[in-house]
Amino acid sequence: MIKVESISKSYQATKALNRISFEVTQGELFGLIGPDGAGKTSLMRILMTLLVPDEGKASMSGLDVVRDYKQIRQLVGYMPGRFSLYQDLSVEENLEFFATVFGITIAENYELIKDIYVQIEPFKKRLAGKLSGGMKQKLALSCALIHKPEILVLDEPTTGVDAVSRKEFWEMLKKLQQQGITILVSTPYMDEASLCDRVALMQKGEVMEIDSPARIVENYTRTLLAARSDNMNRLIQDVRNWDEVESAYAFGQFIHVTPKRNEMEAVELEKFLMTQKHEKLQVNEISPGIEDVFMALMKEKE
Amino acid sequence: MRTIRYILQKEFIQVFRNKTMLPMIFVLPLVQMLILVFAATYDLRNVDLYLVNQDQSATSRELVGKFEASPFFRIYDASFDLKDAESSFKKEEAEFVMIIPPGFERDLVREDEAKVELLINAIDGNKASLIYSYTLGILSRYNKEVIAEWKSLPEFNPPHRIEVKDSYWFNPELDYKWYMAPGILAILVTIIGMFLSGMNLVREKEIGTIEQLNVTPIKKYQFILGKLLPFLVIALFDLAFGLIIARLVFDLPIVGSLPLLFGFAALYLVGVLGLGLFISTVTETQQQVMFITFFFMMIFILMGGIFTPVESMPEWAQWLDRINPIYYFMRIMRMVVLKGSGFFDLWEEFASLTVIGTVFLGLAIWRYRKTAS
Repeated sequence: MIKVESISKSYQATKALNRISFEVTQGELFGLIGPDGAGKTSLMRILMTLLVPDEGKASMSGLDVVRDYKQIRQLVGYMPGRFSLYQDLSVEENLEFFATVFGITIAENYELIKDIYVQIEPFKKRLAGKLSGGMKQKLALSCALIHKPEILVLDEPTTGVDAVSRKEFWEMLKKLQQQGITILVSTPYMDEASLCDRVALMQKGEVMEIDSPARIVENYTRTLLAARSDNMNRLIQDVRNWDEVESAYAFGQFIHVTPKRNEMEAVELEKFLMTQKHEKLQVNEISPGIEDVFMALMKEKE
Repeated sequence: MRTIRYILQKEFIQVFRNKTMLPMIFVLPLVQMLILVFAATYDLRNVDLYLVNQDQSATSRELVGKFEASPFFRIYDASFDLKDAESSFKKEEAEFVMIIPPGFERDLVREDEAKVELLINAIDGNKASLIYSYTLGILSRYNKEVIAEWKSLPEFNPPHRIEVKDSYWFNPELDYKWYMAPGILAILVTIIGMFLSGMNLVREKEIGTIEQLNVTPIKKYQFILGKLLPFLVIALFDLAFGLIIARLVFDLPIVGSLPLLFGFAALYLVGVLGLGLFISTVTETQQQVMFITFFFMMIFILMGGIFTPVESMPEWAQWLDRINPIYYFMRIMRMVVLKGSGFFDLWEEFASLTVIGTVFLGLAIWRYRKTAS
C-alpha cells in the first residue's frame, strides 16, 4: 500500500532523511517511532506529496508521490502535526468545507466518521479555535476522513493531548483499521508503539529497526535490571560510574540498568550499591520494553 | 463550480467574522474622504502678508486694499521699516512680504511703470509658486484697472490688445477637493486590494491551514480566485461608498458613466490583487507581506500622479510609470469622474491595465505552490 525506497532529503547541510526504505501493507497500522528531529514529519510530507525527495522513490497505493501527486491527494487523508483547520470557522463549517473541496457531501461518507463526529456534534456551532485539544483532534480526524481515503497519514496526532484522549484516539484508529483503512502514524511516545502492528524505529533520519513491537522486544536479548533507592540522583551517578555497567537511564521511579555481562544478576548490583551506602534499595531483573530497546539501539548507533 | 462557490462562501464568512475587518471596510473610506481630501488640498487661504508700504499714496493704499479684499491673503502686520518685515519673515510669522517702495505712485504716473518687491518663503515650493501666481493675478488685475481709469481717453486706447481670458474646464472653480477626491479613492481601493488579499493568503501559511488545504484536490486557480474575488468585491463596495461620501460632502460631480468606472476599477483590482497575492506567495509571514506591500504602495502612489503631475517628472520616471497600475487608474478615475471620458478615450489605459493584470495574476498563480521544494 505504501512503498518507500531509499528516500533521502536534505535541508541545506542537514540530512533529514538518509536512504529510508520500508513497506506498509494493506490494512496495516504502521508506526513511525522516534524523537523530535528523527525525520518523521519530512517523511510524511514526502508521502503526502507536499515535499519532493532528493533521491529515492515512494508510492502510495501504487501511485508515485512525485508523478501522480494529484491522484494521491484524492485517496489519502492527512492530519498534520499542527492543528491545521480554520480556527475562525465552526466545527460544522470546517467539515463542510473539506468535504466540498473533495467534491463530496458530508452525508455521502457520514458512516465512516460517525463514531468520531458524534462526540463533537453537540459543539458543531462552536468555532474550531475554541475547542479543547482532544476535540480539535477529533475534528481534524473527521476532516481527514471525510473523503473516505484508502490511506490515512497522521503526524504525531497525540502530541499535546491528555492521557484519556490519547487512549480514545488509539481506539478510534483501531476501529478505522478494521474498516480496511491503511494507517501510517508517527509518535514520539514509546508506549504507543506497542499499539501498532509494526513500527519503524527512527533516529536522525535513519530507520534502525522495522518489525512488530513484540518481535523487536523479543529479539533483544540483553539483561535488564531495575533499581531504586532513597536517593535517586546519587544512585544513577553511582551506577553509571561502575565498570560493570554499560548504560543506565531513569525510567519513571526506577533506573534501568544494562550490565556489560549478560549473566549479571540483580543481587550483584544490589551488593555493589550497598557498598555505596544506599538505603531502601530495591533491585530486580525485568523484561525490557520497547523503550529500553530503543535506548539501546540509539546507544549502539552512536 | 460548487467548489469555488464554497471557497468564496468560506472566505466571506471569515472576513465578516474578523473583528477588525468590518470596521476597516467602513471606517477607512470615511476617514480617507473626510480627512485626507481636506488635508491634501492645495487651496490657498489666509496667507500671512507683511506689508511694507513706503509710499503711502492713494494709489498704493488702493493696491493694499485689493490684497485686503482677497480671501487668499491676510495682512499680518505693516511697517515702514524693511527690517521689521525681515525679522518677522525670519521668525516664520509672515509667509510673504510685499514692499511698495517710496515714489510708487509718482513713478506710475510719470513713467507709466512702478515696481513692487515680493519676498516669499519658499521652503514649501508649491506654496511659494501659488502665492506668487495669486499675487501676480491681483497685481495684473489692478494694473488693468489703472490703465482703464487713467487712460480712458480714446486716443490712448491701444488699438490692438490681446486679452487673455481664462476659463478652467472640467473643474471650473478649481476646487482642489474635486481633484483630490478621485485620487484618494484610488488609493483607498489600492490599499484594500493589495493589503487584504496578500495578508489573507499568508495567514493561511502562518496558521498552517495551507498544509491541510494543499493535500486536497483543490485547483490552483480555484484557490487564487477564492482569495481574489472577495477582496475585489469589498474594494468595489468601498469605492461606491467613497463616491457617495464625495458626492454628498463635496458635491463631487460624477460626469462619466458609473458602470464604466466600476468596470475599470475591477480590471485594475485584478492587477493589484494579483500583485498582493504574488507577494504573499513568496513570503512566509504577515509582517513580510506588510513590508513588501508597503514598499510597492509607496512607490506606486507617489509616482502615480496623485499629488504631483506625472508630466513634470523626469522622463525616466514617466517611462517607469508605464508599469505603475495606479498611474492608469488615477487617470481613469479623474477622467471618468470629472471629464466624463468614455471607453474609447481610455482604450490605452484599458490595454495597459489588462496587460498588468494578466502578468501579476499570472505570476501569483504560477508562484503559488502546492508542494514545497
